[in-house]
Amino acid sequence: MLAEIKLEYFLIVSTIVFFTGIYGFLTRKNLITMLMSTELILNSVNINFVVFNKYLYPENLQGQFFALFIIAIAATEVAVAIAIIISLYRRIKTIDVENVTEMKY
Amino acid sequence: MEQIIFLILSVIIIVFSVLTVTSRKILRAAVYLLFVLIGSAGLFFMLNFNFLAAVQLTVYAGGIIVLIIFSIMLTSQLNDKLESAGLKKSVFSLIAVSAGAIICLSVIMNYNFPKASGLQPDSSMRNIGLQLLGYKENGYVLPFEVISILLLASMVGSIIIARREKVK
Repeated sequence: MLAEIKLEYFLIVSTIVFFTGIYGFLTRKNLITMLMSTELILNSVNINFVVFNKYLYPENLQGQFFALFIIAIAATEVAVAIAIIISLYRRIKTIDVENVTEMKY
Repeated sequence: MEQIIFLILSVIIIVFSVLTVTSRKILRAAVYLLFVLIGSAGLFFMLNFNFLAAVQLTVYAGGIIVLIIFSIMLTSQLNDKLESAGLKKSVFSLIAVSAGAIICLSVIMNYNFPKASGLQPDSSMRNIGLQLLGYKENGYVLPFEVISILLLASMVGSIIIARREKVK
């Protein structure tokens, strides 16, 4: 069924998404958009794990469980990061990285 | 048939991920990110990982995107345009990123992956549940418990960080 779609094609898609995420992380200045770029990176890694699980190691489900744990860690990371961003916004009324020169209380 | 679906999904993922990092309006960037995540859930469905695709749709598309949109509404005016990065910065980032992508893609294309054995991974709900709480071989109960403690800690931490200061 999936024989016609080679493993490499999935890897090409996830590589492009990964480097798009890095580009966004380098060029964006708003903290929330940088957070969205890291989400793109984590998502491309998830695709890689699942595809390797399916094509190379179908006896076990290691890739799927790793992807599950990555999703959970991404959720906690976003929660903490958004708490920090909101608290920062209350304090100095901006969330551009260039204006956030000190985070110490 | 499956190639066509794969082609559509990958075009959706790539186009919307590029739009996510280049869009000038922040709310639109969040919605484009939602489309990327839904597209990769479609890839997981195509690979027969139904449980993982459902988790992706509920946790990512339902939870994280809503959280991001809430924080956008709390911290910025919706009509604001993001200032674009300087020309020099974007050109240098583009050079660095495309160099990395070319290196990775050439390694991927030249590496000889072993042939797919044709076996199907058993990703039924019963098997996932047994392995997630199993402590024998192929059991994942320790990371499961560690993740639960991590979730609790991050919940407490984010409440404490985002709490309003007491008015003295």
